[in-house]
Amino acid sequence: MSATALHPSELPEQPSEPKNYLNVAHTIKSWLLTGDHKRIAILYLFSTGFFFFLGGLAAAVIRYELTSPAGVVLESETYNRVFSAHGIIMVFLFLVVVIPATLGNFLIPLMVGARDLAFPRLNLLSWYLYMAGGTIVLAGMIWGGIDTGWTFYTPYSSMYSNTNVSLVIVGIFLGGFSSITTGINFIVTVHKMRAPGMTWFRLPLFVWSMYATSVVIILGTPVIAITLLLVVFERTFKLPIFSPELGGDPVLFQHLFWFYSHPAVYIMILPAFGVQSELIANFARKRIFGYHFVAFSSIAIAGLGFLVWGHHMFISSQSMYQGVVFSLISFLVAVPSAVKVFNWTATLYKGNIRLQSPMLYALSFIGLFTVGGLTGLFLGSMGTDVHLTNTYFIVAHFHYVMVGGTVTAFLGGLHYWWPKMTGRIYNDGWAKINALIVFMGFNLTFFPQFIAGFLGMPRRYHYYYLMPEVQAYHIMSSAGASFLALGLILPVFYLGASLKNGAKASANPWGAHGLEWETTSPPPTFNFVETPVVTDEVYDFDPVSEYEQERATQEMVHPGTPGLLTKDGELKTGDRE
Amino acid sequence: MWSNFPLAPPSASNFAPEYDFIFYTLLALTILFTLIVGIAVTVFTIRYRRGTKVDRSRPIYEDLRLELTWTIIPLILGLIMFFFGARLFIHMKTPPPDAQEIFVIGKQWMWHAQHANGVRENNTLHVPVGRPVKLTMISQDVIHAFYIPAFRVQYHVVPGRYTQMWFTATKAGVYHLFCGMYCGTQHSEMGGKVVAMDPKDWANWIANGGNTVPPMTMEQAGHRLYNRLSCNNCHGAESNLRAPSLYGIYNSKRSFANGGAAIADDTYIRESILRPHNRLTQGYGPTMPAYEGQLSEEDVLNLIAYIRNIGGMANPATPSPTNMQNVPVQSARTNGQNPLSYGAMQFDNPSSDPTPTNRTTNPSVGAIAAEDRGDR
Repeated sequence: MSATALHPSELPEQPSEPKNYLNVAHTIKSWLLTGDHKRIAILYLFSTGFFFFLGGLAAAVIRYELTSPAGVVLESETYNRVFSAHGIIMVFLFLVVVIPATLGNFLIPLMVGARDLAFPRLNLLSWYLYMAGGTIVLAGMIWGGIDTGWTFYTPYSSMYSNTNVSLVIVGIFLGGFSSITTGINFIVTVHKMRAPGMTWFRLPLFVWSMYATSVVIILGTPVIAITLLLVVFERTFKLPIFSPELGGDPVLFQHLFWFYSHPAVYIMILPAFGVQSELIANFARKRIFGYHFVAFSSIAIAGLGFLVWGHHMFISSQSMYQGVVFSLISFLVAVPSAVKVFNWTATLYKGNIRLQSPMLYALSFIGLFTVGGLTGLFLGSMGTDVHLTNTYFIVAHFHYVMVGGTVTAFLGGLHYWWPKMTGRIYNDGWAKINALIVFMGFNLTFFPQFIAGFLGMPRRYHYYYLMPEVQAYHIMSSAGASFLALGLILPVFYLGASLKNGAKASANPWGAHGLEWETTSPPPTFNFVETPVVTDEVYDFDPVSEYEQERATQEMVHPGTPGLLTKDGELKTGDRE
Repeated sequence: MWSNFPLAPPSASNFAPEYDFIFYTLLALTILFTLIVGIAVTVFTIRYRRGTKVDRSRPIYEDLRLELTWTIIPLILGLIMFFFGARLFIHMKTPPPDAQEIFVIGKQWMWHAQHANGVRENNTLHVPVGRPVKLTMISQDVIHAFYIPAFRVQYHVVPGRYTQMWFTATKAGVYHLFCGMYCGTQHSEMGGKVVAMDPKDWANWIANGGNTVPPMTMEQAGHRLYNRLSCNNCHGAESNLRAPSLYGIYNSKRSFANGGAAIADDTYIRESILRPHNRLTQGYGPTMPAYEGQLSEEDVLNLIAYIRNIGGMANPATPSPTNMQNVPVQSARTNGQNPLSYGAMQFDNPSSDPTPTNRTTNPSVGAIAAEDRGDR
């Protein structure tokens, strides 16, 4: 096996094990110089996993520290660095990146029936930019640390913080270009490389949502990049932009920051919507209800998402009239999200639902995202926002959306496409238990924070001895966080074990619908032996005939026995005709 | 046990009832929609799970009426909630013209409030109940947020510009005061309390220069302490077997049991209070308890101020070199003219702090730190 052997056609035939993208070459070089979107997705999977682990470690320290009103082990200076590290790593190095760069990279060419993304080398460059950015961010956190929180509000970040703000910002700046290149790649691929017959309305909803995400990424990311660079200029050269001491305007920073960072929320959640649509359709065995509405709601969210940034700034001293407009549009942008939830729910109606582990994640996503979305209304409504903003209420709200939404969807998607990515079947029993652990641990962690926030517990507080009455909620939250941590670590083990012991996966182990399931698991380097031609509609399931087929199969296996095989393989004898 | 799980903050301002009405309405809507979605998901999942023998014929994949229903109903509900939220916010941003104005300065990491008549306070804000109060706020360094949960008000305190907020306290009591906006190392300690007082008490408080009781002269404070420690049990108007009288003792010559002699100046009186057995007055035994470690230097100074003039027998003819120059002329109570020359920056008795802790809440820590910043 040589490092240059990237083309399967050049290799001798090995009929015992067909060549796929994983076993085509094994050298480190073959991974680091690959142009294969699937290998780059795996590189991203490991690197985002690494950063998620670091961010989770910071979260664990925070939760431990908050069990006592006067802190446990840390000094305030350290605590502030830890929560800033948690926010910055999770937002910029995990949530923004994870679904597009791992699942998106892996699946978009497969789903549209292409051999690769439009620009494979640009794709590899994006991974290097991400790694360079991530390394610089970590270096900044190790040498000097950063204590501004992930929001970098000026003039604290530009004039007052004595930490290594500039280095971290340079890292985020670089990482931003990784997002931009990925976004461009996706847009071009979806426009130009769809297989024959793959019309826009035959695209899986995951592709729609990744497309919407890419548009937001390439419009929004340059703004945050230049804004953060301006902070560095003010820190380094005393360029008067944000600091009133120099003649600047501190609130200007917030406008620029949120102009990106609110759309960034949609960069984080839109891909999750896409995963969610795939899971619901494929495990309910039914075409998604209101396909067009779900597809266009993604576009509506992407568009309106750019017009609501000021709802982060109701009490920031922006004009009251500005606030009214932002609040109004925020209520409008809530509607397409609600439409999606209702459509997913309606898809279940008259389905033939398989309750395997990816579906459990998808169902818990519906519950958690509903709570996360509805609590957003408390914050979009100007009057109620005044008391709740800057408190644990907002912390709970965005964790319901970001962890309950994005992380749950990512876990669901990872479980769903794992057999395709690795060619192995994992233990679904463990995976189901894990889905329950994540759901319960998550709620125990973040639900108490809604109450603590309503009581007035401000966020980013190291000590809360000024209001010890919230301690019980903090302890509940920390206990829940231990469960949640368990639920996030367990998959490493049972998914890892499947690589060694798992059964080999067929091309389509779930019986799902979509081009990615028409090639082998794992797919060959160029995805399809022949360019697929798409003739059927998306999610072309038929729950009725499927039910009939299953019944017929059961008749063959147990002839003469009335009743049906349940999902657990038990006979139900009550179902006589 | 349930007292460990409070569910709502106190409601103590004019905004709180309206606020809570909107909050609980939104909460009801949240619960309603979560239940609708949750129940639908659960029922469908159980009913249509794989292998159940139910009617799956004629599934619907798109239905415009249904889509419009669940677009328009949330939209209308949302617009109604938007209206109430915006109305409350506009109300919060429109202080009445007769509001009492108080000025607030935020700095790393303390709140500084200044009342119109010059009374100043740190990390505490005293406000009258039933009267609108308008805060005009500015920051000296980074962005802070002045946040009173019980009043449901919060607003950013920004360097380089004035921001305003207003409220009317409706219930007397002591409430939390926080900094809501992350502002650096001691952000979580930049807080204190808001004391909402009966208007009459507040008027007294402000007239007394920021104190609930009229400030005492040092002499008065010393007199009170003298009685509280029962010094007068032994040291009465006349010398007795146990102790010499202190009347006229100041600046008089004392001779001691061990043979020495000295003028009873401030230093001697201090020593005789803290370590009386060192220089016992001739003719007396070591019966007086030593007060070392039990009195603060402030207490001792107050006692000395009282002893100087005890029994109205001041002896100003021979002032000692260490004679204190700042004996107050008049108390605020007696002249009522200028209560502000002292008493500013007074704190209430620290033991009444609503949230005692093992960490220091001494604002001077923040003040010093803020000064360090000043040279930037």
